[in-house]
Amino acid sequence: MKRTVPLIIAIIAGFVLLIANFIPFAEGWGLTAQEWFNILAVGAMILGGGNLIKLHLKKVSSQRKGWGYSAVTIVCFFGTLLIGMLKWGVHPNPLYANYSWSGYYLESGSGLWWIYQHMVVPLTAMMFAMLAFYVATAAFRAFRAKNIEATLLLITAGIVLLGRTYAGVWLFGWLDWLPEGITHFNLAGIPWLPIDFYSLQFDRLTIWIMEVPNTAGTRAITIGIALGVVATSLRILLGVDRSYLGQD
Amino acid sequence: MLHALQNLDRRWIFLSMLIAVAIPILAKTVFPEVVSKQAKMVFDSIENLPDGSNILLSYDFDPASQGELLPMAQAFTRHCSIKGHKQYYMALWPLGSPMVDLSIDTIESEYPDMVYGEDYMKFDYKAGGEAVIRMITQDLRGMFPLDSRGVPLDQIPMTKNIKNIQDMDLIINVSAGDPGTKQWVQFAATPFGLTTISGCTGVQAPQMYPYIPEQLAGMLGAIKAAAEYEAAIDAVYPSINDNPKAQEAKRRMGPQLVAHGLMIGLIVLGNVIFFVSRKRGQA
Repeated sequence: MKRTVPLIIAIIAGFVLLIANFIPFAEGWGLTAQEWFNILAVGAMILGGGNLIKLHLKKVSSQRKGWGYSAVTIVCFFGTLLIGMLKWGVHPNPLYANYSWSGYYLESGSGLWWIYQHMVVPLTAMMFAMLAFYVATAAFRAFRAKNIEATLLLITAGIVLLGRTYAGVWLFGWLDWLPEGITHFNLAGIPWLPIDFYSLQFDRLTIWIMEVPNTAGTRAITIGIALGVVATSLRILLGVDRSYLGQD
Repeated sequence: MLHALQNLDRRWIFLSMLIAVAIPILAKTVFPEVVSKQAKMVFDSIENLPDGSNILLSYDFDPASQGELLPMAQAFTRHCSIKGHKQYYMALWPLGSPMVDLSIDTIESEYPDMVYGEDYMKFDYKAGGEAVIRMITQDLRGMFPLDSRGVPLDQIPMTKNIKNIQDMDLIINVSAGDPGTKQWVQFAATPFGLTTISGCTGVQAPQMYPYIPEQLAGMLGAIKAAAEYEAAIDAVYPSINDNPKAQEAKRRMGPQLVAHGLMIGLIVLGNVIFFVSRKRGQA
């Protein structure tokens, strides 16, 4: 029962969305299913929050290593939740002035706005900015031309790194001094090959790398993933794959 | 010497990166930008629309990507405002909604003639990701009965005749991941033929190239493309040059150039150490 009901729900929802996509008569079914999904998505957020709290409360109660961080997480979670839900410091919406909680939850100067502006923004930005430092050390210690593949990757990375800055143009400024006959030669007329000197400018070469080899590789991966998704979806729809239901 | 370099304390690398980024910021170094084909395609997608066209802007990013994506988002806002396009803002990420507020602040401070509800408006965040996109392609009011200020859509001049996002002339998505550009392409641009352009992070950009030009009319990848887009706007609307806030992406290209140069230097140095060590039988 514990597995059969979710299985039936998944199969019905899957087939409804599939049919709604191909049969115009059933288009409305798909919209209804999507409305249900949106309501469930809100429920999933509550479930996720509950799970997070359960996990950290367990860690605090058993005083496992790093339980202090869990305590901070719990305090911050409930603090933000309460300040946000009670709309602390939010003024009523002028359109509904009689309803004290009708204001915009992130109104400038409100409690949640303060948390967002002075904690969320600097903390998340700091996490992202730190990447630059770690990438720099990783580049120094791990980016080695150990074989042909690694060397190709290294050369490509160097071109793209320079091509994504003004250096890509500046380094090839000397091309303007060459006669046009030299800079505009054409080897074979193959449209996807960069075959004149100007095309070898790092900024243009970067565009070529992104548009030709990168697009070809990404397209192949995307098609592969799509085929995998179709196969997995079919297995779920037919009830063959039940791994998403868990072990219990 | 070799031993010292092999065991170089990583804090020296951190310090060199800090200096590399700080110097161009403090010196306010700005380099010229050459507008690439991609940036031109994005610029033309907005520029070639008749004035007053309907444009949906979805901000699917959060403060973590603000440094990379906010300048291009603001450039989109300024370009749309100059052209007098009607701007409908929304966000598929919970923290995307405050990002939209920053663009609305830009409109209110730099284009005071524009009126909320007539020239621009905002839908609040809704959970559901791609399901939200699927829903609003059919029924906008089913998902957003009210705007972010609590006003019913039928009472807002610019939304009262909008049934769904198929009434939009262009979709602009600023994206830092999922849900983002991929979902807009899959559930809006491709099935309904809606013209869509994207501004996304450098990490995401390579995955989006296969969608150009059929499913995506153009794409700005990271801060470099944002700087090129700013340069394209400057070229056609020179008065914007006087606004330092409208040059934010170009300003960030200085630190990027020096930091990238340092990265290449570190890679070369690392490889020199590697090959010398190997030659001496130490690697």
